[in-house]
Amino acid sequence: MEDIDFNSQTRKKSRRGEIWRRMKKNRIAMVGLFIFSAILLLTISADLITPYDKAITGSLADRLTPPSSSHWFGTDNYGRDIFARILHASRRSLVMGIGAVLVGITLGGLLGACAGYYGGRVDSVIMRIIDTVICIPFMLLVLAIVAALGPGLVNVLIALMISMIPTYTRVIRSAILTVVGQDYIEAAKSCGTPNRWIILKHVLPNAIGPIIVQATMTVGTMIIWAASTSFLGMGIQPPEPEWGAMLAESKDYMLTAPYMVMFPGFAIALTALSLNLMGDGLRDALDPRLKD
Amino acid sequence: MAEPQTPLLSIRGLEVRYETDEAITHAVNGINLDINVGETVGLVGETGAGKTTTALAVMRLLPHRTGKITEGCILFRGEDVLRKSNGEMRQMRGERISMIFQDPMTSLNPTMTMGEQIRESLEIHNKGMSAALTDARVDELLTMVGIPPRRKHEYPHQFSGGMKQRIVIAIALACRPELLIADEPTTALDVTIQAQVLALMNELKESMRTSMILITHDLGVVSEMCDKVAIMYAGEIIERGSADDILDDGPHHPYTVGLFNSIPDIERESKRLSPIAGLMPDPAALPGGCKFHPRCGDAADACRSLAPPPFVSGEHIIACHKFGSSNGGRI
Amino acid sequence: MLVPMLLAIIFIVYGIMSLTPGDPAQLILGTRASPEAIAGLRHEMGFDKPFVVRYGEYVAKAARGDFGNSWRTGRPVFQVIAGRFPTTIKLSLAAVVLAVLVGVPLGVLAAVKQYSIFDVIGTTIAMFMASIPGFWFGLMAILFFSLKLRLLPSNGADSLKHYILPAVTLAIPVAASLLRLTRTTMLETIRQDYIRTARAKGQTEGKVIFRHALKNALLPVVTATGMEFGGLLGGVVTIETVFSINGVGMLIIDAIRMKDIPQVTGCAIFLAASFMILMLFVDILYAYIDPRIKASYQKMN
Repeated sequence: MEDIDFNSQTRKKSRRGEIWRRMKKNRIAMVGLFIFSAILLLTISADLITPYDKAITGSLADRLTPPSSSHWFGTDNYGRDIFARILHASRRSLVMGIGAVLVGITLGGLLGACAGYYGGRVDSVIMRIIDTVICIPFMLLVLAIVAALGPGLVNVLIALMISMIPTYTRVIRSAILTVVGQDYIEAAKSCGTPNRWIILKHVLPNAIGPIIVQATMTVGTMIIWAASTSFLGMGIQPPEPEWGAMLAESKDYMLTAPYMVMFPGFAIALTALSLNLMGDGLRDALDPRLKD
Repeated sequence: MAEPQTPLLSIRGLEVRYETDEAITHAVNGINLDINVGETVGLVGETGAGKTTTALAVMRLLPHRTGKITEGCILFRGEDVLRKSNGEMRQMRGERISMIFQDPMTSLNPTMTMGEQIRESLEIHNKGMSAALTDARVDELLTMVGIPPRRKHEYPHQFSGGMKQRIVIAIALACRPELLIADEPTTALDVTIQAQVLALMNELKESMRTSMILITHDLGVVSEMCDKVAIMYAGEIIERGSADDILDDGPHHPYTVGLFNSIPDIERESKRLSPIAGLMPDPAALPGGCKFHPRCGDAADACRSLAPPPFVSGEHIIACHKFGSSNGGRI
Repeated sequence: MLVPMLLAIIFIVYGIMSLTPGDPAQLILGTRASPEAIAGLRHEMGFDKPFVVRYGEYVAKAARGDFGNSWRTGRPVFQVIAGRFPTTIKLSLAAVVLAVLVGVPLGVLAAVKQYSIFDVIGTTIAMFMASIPGFWFGLMAILFFSLKLRLLPSNGADSLKHYILPAVTLAIPVAASLLRLTRTTMLETIRQDYIRTARAKGQTEGKVIFRHALKNALLPVVTATGMEFGGLLGGVVTIETVFSINGVGMLIIDAIRMKDIPQVTGCAIFLAASFMILMLFVDILYAYIDPRIKASYQKMN
């Protein structure tokens, strides 16, 4: 009987409060939230902390120096400060990760919502196409698109977005389908509520939970994929700083300068970890039934 | 009837709580109940009254992290079920006490054949039984519940709800248990099937001399099946007696009266149904005094502050301030 | 079902690759070629025909095993892929087997002993492993096991020893996600009514888990493992590059770098098709395990 909307305004408010309260109790999720907020803050204020120049220029006299007080994470093979590079690279990674997911959700959401809500022929046409595209392994699709469009941040972003769409179409369609089957939607339909209104007012708010969870975790995955493309030389091109590209450069100096390999990887892993922790906590908060 | 005998099952002062991170739910609050050999006792009440929790406590199948028995004892042939080891308890389940669950659609394993699921019951409690004998017994059980034995190789999804419930009954009765707990066995079934399944249960129970606790919210079922009835409200038994005591026109707890007024009576031409106003209290925040007072039309000051004393008339007991007290104990 | 899906996949991959800006004839002949030579080659290779016609011709040839010739080496694309394919398949299969062997049992354990030390450690490690980029893990593994400890080779695929590091690297994120999924489905399954029925029969806890819960809980895991294989084929591309393994993954990266369009197209189609065929096997396997699906298949035929 949980889903009967007696008074949607107060219910929704109290439900959101309830979720936040449960989330706050989940210490691990809060650690994730804290780390991600810190990363976000550092990314936004990167220019205040250290100028962009430091990230792309360095003196050859300083090349491959281990971490010290003047270069916290050491310097790379061109004598550039690794800390500055990681800091300025975070902006690109976050833009690619969050951007790909937002656009993927919007476009995939539209397709999925249509498929799930209208069903019938609309559903089967959309899903037939999506099922085909999903057969192409994700990374392969990204690489094919980047190969066609050429390297660079915008092209990688486009490739990630396009590749995201099928996943979200599926997720959102199934989320909508579980909600559409519920009695209260039937009730709203039988009262003659227009379709658009039902989707906006009843279906979306109730389907949004799993979508947010999925999105949070996917941002982390996207950041990893974006770094992978750059690592393969298909993404952001040097000397622009990017975590994956930095790792590609570090490959030849692994023995002499292991810190060159470690720090960019830590940055990726920490960002992805914080997002995964948040998503996990959010899921538990939204759906506590597996806890008992 | 008057001759005193040791009850098969005797529940004394049982209290069950569900403890989660969010709240403590007082599901069962000190109930007493006796079931004699061969008797059928109806446990009646609204959803959330604590009927299923009581049954699960007897089976010791409460969710082990959250469900806690905080008070009382459950005596089965004089032995406290709550003091038994897990191993001893497993021996009892299925062999001496069986349970039929509410929803036959979900209570059978979708990836095992019906035959295998019946067989399993037999194998657990008859370790030495030969395979041929077990097979024969499976066929016998299927025939007994009216399902052709050749269908034993089929899976649950190939059966209708009523047939699944028959299989569930076959599983529960496979080892001829002394006590059968049936938790709303017909609620999920079509009305026409309900009567068939109830008749089947009655017949099998009679032939095996099995005692039964029948959990239901259907007073029609009670009148057909039960020898004794206990009415539960908010984790307490508020009225108890023989089926005749409960179904006659004598004095009743206001809640019982409300239950009867909520069902349509074809013979009496009444103007309207009169449902009980309000909802069952949240078991995580129960009211003081009589738990029914917020919904009771006759509530007086005493009802709000004091737990009602039992009014006893023979076997018939009512916990309500309206009738005053005849002795000091609890129902 | 298989053939139209294959055609659709070829259509998508071929379509994406034809989006490549610039004139392919110019790409092949270089910037100093004369306009006449370029026009001649364009006509000879059919670049002046409309897309649908080129697609049709490509499919017709592909059906006979002819995926065109590499623009760089002139060798038949199919032949090059066929030479490299076994390495990639061996590597991916090793990784999947490893991931299933580690992820599934640990997931079951974590669910059955929810909130125990197994659960906490298992899910925490899975969380970390899911957050680490595979190629970085590979680099770190090379750093420690090959360069520092000199225990295992860091590149190539000459012996079984060569497969250890790349297979483990590939398996880790898959194992992590299988662990988490198995745990979730197992937790859901042991709350089902039929598990309570089994307990009510007096069944021992071990048999309740192994006879009743496991099969039902593993059904979604089977499909997920198939899907993970797709992710793995993508991961193979980076991991082969990290460990310098001459498989299809490294082939496609080299081809992309050299703008060798027929080679890229061929590799992408090959990998996508093998994933699709694998998913078909998964579907069949699923129908074999789940009596409900089996029944619906039988009804269809």
